[in-house]
Amino acid sequence: MSRSPGRKQENHKISRELFVLTYGALVAQLCKDYEKDEDVNACLDKMGYSIGIRLIDDFLARSAVKKCRSYSETADMIAQVAFKMYLGVTLSVSCSSATGNEFSLILDKNPLVDFVEELPAERASLCYCNLLCGVIRGALEMVNLPAEVTFLQDRLKGDAVTEIGITFLRKPEDRKHRRN
Amino acid sequence: MDSRFTRGKSPVLERALGRPRSELSLAAFALLFSELVQYCQRRVASVAELQTRLAQLGHHVGLRALDALVARERPGRRETKVLGVLLFVKGPLWRALFGREADKLEQANDDDRTFYVIEREPVVNTFVSVPRENSSLNCAAFAAGLLEAVLGAAGFPARVSAHWHKGTTLMIKFDEAVIARDKSLEGR
Repeated sequence: MSRSPGRKQENHKISRELFVLTYGALVAQLCKDYEKDEDVNACLDKMGYSIGIRLIDDFLARSAVKKCRSYSETADMIAQVAFKMYLGVTLSVSCSSATGNEFSLILDKNPLVDFVEELPAERASLCYCNLLCGVIRGALEMVNLPAEVTFLQDRLKGDAVTEIGITFLRKPEDRKHRRN
Repeated sequence: MDSRFTRGKSPVLERALGRPRSELSLAAFALLFSELVQYCQRRVASVAELQTRLAQLGHHVGLRALDALVARERPGRRETKVLGVLLFVKGPLWRALFGREADKLEQANDDDRTFYVIEREPVVNTFVSVPRENSSLNCAAFAAGLLEAVLGAAGFPARVSAHWHKGTTLMIKFDEAVIARDKSLEGR
């Protein structure tokens, strides 16, 4: 497995269409296999979780970012660096709680729904991009920041924007104590 | 009436096709593909079934990739000859999906219905390591299903299968009718 160091920045890219269509094929297969939307959502979340626990390694290796000192830095890192690296889009972050551990990321452009016009009537409560929630949750858990991640709004369901909510489960003060 | 038709046009349908906007990292696709394979593996009992499942998923992708690609690469023209469509597959299709052309395109010596698309290291197999007990599994079955859908939708129905030969070989076997039609076109 030895490779000369020059090969590290090889062309490790694939077309966006292939990725998006493969994701669509996966969701379509899940919809065929499971009748209830909740089951499909749960399955997507689980798959996202196993992707996330591996993705974080790749992210840390390739981005060489410094350790985040606060939850808001972490949320910024996810929205601006991670999403840019893997999906080519940047999200905007806003903090939605006084305690500083709830954030929401707004997706202007969601590449996963490039070819999705809308959800079929019998799948109205399907969270098409639920994989993303699982990925974020898995990645955060591997850096010791357990969080709950859900979709707050979804353009496919008729809302104005697509919004992902991240709620860090540990209180921010705990982190300060642990560092000292 | 279905609410879809009264709600107003979806912005997705209004967008121009244009050139593909960006490329994504291979890592993201590789992880997604690995989850896909694991999901299929949990629901099947044999390697052949797993390959069939992967081919079905590839089929889903291929059907949808073709239209947009043809509209971009060959506007206003449709491939009508077998060789034409095979060169389209080896070049523009492979480049658009996997970032590079397929390595070789060959025809079988003894059979004019069979062609081979050969790749030393298919992109989908980049991070796949096959255990010895399943050594016949080739996840390029996904690419085989994709190719089968593309050829079928382009008017050249065929059977495509993935094999371990010179790397990975996708064996394309066209239907009799396709070859007969091709011969009669040449005769004209």
